[in-house]
Amino acid sequence: MSKIATPDISHLTAQDYESIYEPAEDSFLMLDALENELPLIMAMKPSLCVEVGPGSGVLITGLATALGPACSYIAADVNMKACMATVATAQKNACSVETFCSDLLSGCGRQLDGKVDVLIFNPPYVVTPPEEVAAGDLQHTWAGGRKGRQVLDRLMPEVPRLLTPQGRFYLLIERENDPEEINAIFRSMELFGKKILERKTGPEHLAIWVYTKLDRAL
Amino acid sequence: MKLITHNMLSSKTIKGVVYGYPLIIRASQVLTKDVDFNPEFIQRMIPKLDWSALKFAAKCVGHEEDLPDEPPANMADEDVLKRIHHVVMEVDVVDGFLECPETKRQFPITNGIPNMLLNENDV
Repeated sequence: MSKIATPDISHLTAQDYESIYEPAEDSFLMLDALENELPLIMAMKPSLCVEVGPGSGVLITGLATALGPACSYIAADVNMKACMATVATAQKNACSVETFCSDLLSGCGRQLDGKVDVLIFNPPYVVTPPEEVAAGDLQHTWAGGRKGRQVLDRLMPEVPRLLTPQGRFYLLIERENDPEEINAIFRSMELFGKKILERKTGPEHLAIWVYTKLDRAL
Repeated sequence: MKLITHNMLSSKTIKGVVYGYPLIIRASQVLTKDVDFNPEFIQRMIPKLDWSALKFAAKCVGHEEDLPDEPPANMADEDVLKRIHHVVMEVDVVDGFLECPETKRQFPITNGIPNMLLNENDV
């Protein structure tokens, strides 16, 4: 059984965590889900894994250490400090992740269309007043506005065209985000979803969902 | 910024830009870093690369002669795969700018990280 070793992030300091998201329950839930999915991910022989909003870089680095150099890893964060932390975390764990600073994947135009084998997004999911979204580096990491969905809702329409035919989109959803509505929106774009892991942590009920173009591939 | 990443960046989001691709590389510092050669990865990646944009990027940073003019027909030719690996994975633009081919707007590359953020006026 393949494993994902929890990446070493000992190089990141309290000062770093003033502007980037410190890995927490949601991050570790995604790492656990990716670990469970490794056999399926490996079977499709991915060449490109992309993460939106990597923060510390712990998720894409975990995936890169598990899949190794037979794949490329690219991450885009709106916060330059998060891009730098992601590069440092990858280096600390003896792998390589390319980053660029961008609002979601807007810096790619249409050049990623049909190329992404694995897409990861752990969005800012906390329900907040709309004006708190993107109000600062740290708010970027958690403030999700209406239904905690304001950032996710902007990425969703792009997902179908980004994925390869076998591509898999891994998404963290909190119960307040209205998973039924998210699923209905994805179904209307012919993306099929399945909940693969969930965990209750304090007041939050977190789940990892995977979406693909082929429901039989779930 | 490796050239594999350049291959996937575009300034199309700027208002009025039609393609915004490929971005011009204005490099002030380019390094080559050793990366383990993985022939299977290069084989799988080639179909995802825009070859003319890759040729253009290689030319911008002085590595044009390392690349064949066309994607290789023979994917088993390890020598060609190694040359592609070198250009795509080992050439690293550490400092400089990416430039929109249509508006000439520049995006800084600092510590190897391109900043593709736009102002509200740009979009």
